[in-house]
Amino acid sequence: MTPPVPVIDVRDLIKTYRVGDIDVRALRGVSLSIAHGDFVAITGPSGSGKSTLMHILGCLDRPTSGQYLLDGQDVSRMSRDQLAEVRNKKIGFVFQGFNLLSRTTALDNVELPMLYSGQSLSGAARRRRALDALEAVGLSARADHKPNQLSGGQQQRVAIARALVTNPSLLLADEPTGNLDTRTSIEVMGIFQRLNTERGISVLLITHEHDIAEYGTRVIGCRDGQVVRDQPVTTRRDAAHELTLLPPVDEV
Amino acid sequence: MSPVMTVRVAFKALGRNKMRTALTMLGMIIGVAAVITLVAMGNGAQSAIEDQIKGAGTNMITVNAGNASSGGVRGGLGTSSTLTEADAEAIRQEVPGAEYVAAGVQIQTQVIAGNQNWFTRVQGTDVDLPLIRSWATRTGSFFAAEDVRSASKVAVLGKTVSDTLFGAEADPVGQIIRIRNQPFRVIGVMAPKGQSGMGPDMDDQILTPYTTVMKKLLGSTSIRDVTISATSATETTAVADRIAVLLRGRHNLAPGQDDDFTVRTAEEIADIRTQAMGTMTALLAGIAGVSLVVGGIGIMNIMLVSVTERTREIGLRMAIGAKGRDVLLQFLVEAVTLSVIGGGIGVALGFGVAAGMSRWMSWPAVVPANAVGLAVGFAGAVGVFFGFYPAQKAARLDPIEALRFE
Repeated sequence: MTPPVPVIDVRDLIKTYRVGDIDVRALRGVSLSIAHGDFVAITGPSGSGKSTLMHILGCLDRPTSGQYLLDGQDVSRMSRDQLAEVRNKKIGFVFQGFNLLSRTTALDNVELPMLYSGQSLSGAARRRRALDALEAVGLSARADHKPNQLSGGQQQRVAIARALVTNPSLLLADEPTGNLDTRTSIEVMGIFQRLNTERGISVLLITHEHDIAEYGTRVIGCRDGQVVRDQPVTTRRDAAHELTLLPPVDEV
Repeated sequence: MSPVMTVRVAFKALGRNKMRTALTMLGMIIGVAAVITLVAMGNGAQSAIEDQIKGAGTNMITVNAGNASSGGVRGGLGTSSTLTEADAEAIRQEVPGAEYVAAGVQIQTQVIAGNQNWFTRVQGTDVDLPLIRSWATRTGSFFAAEDVRSASKVAVLGKTVSDTLFGAEADPVGQIIRIRNQPFRVIGVMAPKGQSGMGPDMDDQILTPYTTVMKKLLGSTSIRDVTISATSATETTAVADRIAVLLRGRHNLAPGQDDDFTVRTAEEIADIRTQAMGTMTALLAGIAGVSLVVGGIGIMNIMLVSVTERTREIGLRMAIGAKGRDVLLQFLVEAVTLSVIGGGIGVALGFGVAAGMSRWMSWPAVVPANAVGLAVGFAGAVGVFFGFYPAQKAARLDPIEALRFE
């Protein structure tokens, strides 16, 4: 029996930018492998190359050299349009700034990725799947709310539902708690943990906060364009448990 | 993304900023409405001229002294003294198919009746004119052949002249009017005829024997024009050709030498007028078309603003799977939607203005059927042309940069 294909398998990734006359080496040979069902946090100070790594792993950018296999498929030399298709089918993005379309209902926001999927889903099918995704983040009651009628935590949950709706292999969360207070941060991390354990979705979390990184099962540390640390989390935090310890608050 | 979804997304995006959408469309609305209205006005005027001239009789031929197209600098029609009474008489006697012939000569002058005066045209003509124009007197009678022979000072007034000098109710027959200080006896008033397609206002003139104008008012020996009617409409062109041959012979013109007169049939004059009107219409529509281009630039401007404003949205759409083509189409469809809906409203407005012109300003504005398709098609083309650059700019954005855009 062959070992299962990892969701992410990168070898010797190098990324060089040219800024004026100077070559900036953002990644200097990164190799790592992430298995299906992993919950990996990538940490590092700014300038460590973690953003560049995230962009390449998210198929938003291509490496200068090196190989990137996503679900066993080599995406390191794909065209812009091919990458767009890979992003649509395999990756769900969650951003620090939520990036929801304003003046557009939660439901419509969640439906958005399906409009670009190339499958001809009926309007009813799209709606059902979007409602399922909102249900998974506990927001089905707010499907008709627009972003300005939702709290920051709720907006981020809509964004997670949007990332979830295409059944991606990988959830890629870029500082998802950066704009949230402690309690909502824990709530959001709780959703990631639940999706990870209940649905087996791989989660890749980019953060510079070590306590947030500890919600994962493994922490990869970056510095100067290289991986300097890669180790399992020994005392993993459990968001669901932590929430029960916090004093109850009436949700707005 | 499916075409239906693309259009729906475009409508949603435009609906989010209704004021801006409306103002951007206004450029297209005004442009298209202006084109439609002007084309309708030109078109209506053209067919009105055609109708008038055809109505005046297609068997009519006019001969004017001089030739506007002859070599070198020449005056306009009727300004040279190459046409004589004898030419008119020769046409009457020698040209088969020339049924009625009237020599003509005219002056513009002040006429006085009692304490009233009026600046008008004194048209010297012959007894055949009422027959050529199928024109009757309202009161009194037209002058007779005897009056022409003796150059009597008799006048038949047009309705406008009669109304101005004597009042609308009065019957001026038997009254005396003074033309260049000479007394003329009014012997009749013509029935109202209105603006002629072939010349000035037929009601604002005084008809008098051409001999009187020549001898008593001008002291000249030449006439300005001859009006002829052919025996039938089908003969008109042939008769016109015979007249030209006759006059060339009478004027001793060598072969190759330009005519020193101009023969035109009613049909030709109609063609010339409608052609001139057509050129005018095209010119006006062209000027109105400029406003369409300005409207297009407005669309481009707003689309560029919109692309910049929505950079993060574009980045997000790309991150979740929108291809360059999807983004390009989204913005292109928005631009075309703006221009086509604006164009559609413009067509409706143009129709409204044209209908208003016909109704309240008695300008016979007719919107030609092909103008509608053309205007909307052109509006769409404007949308594509001016929408493409902003859309391409959006499609070429780098998703990473776009997502970071503040």
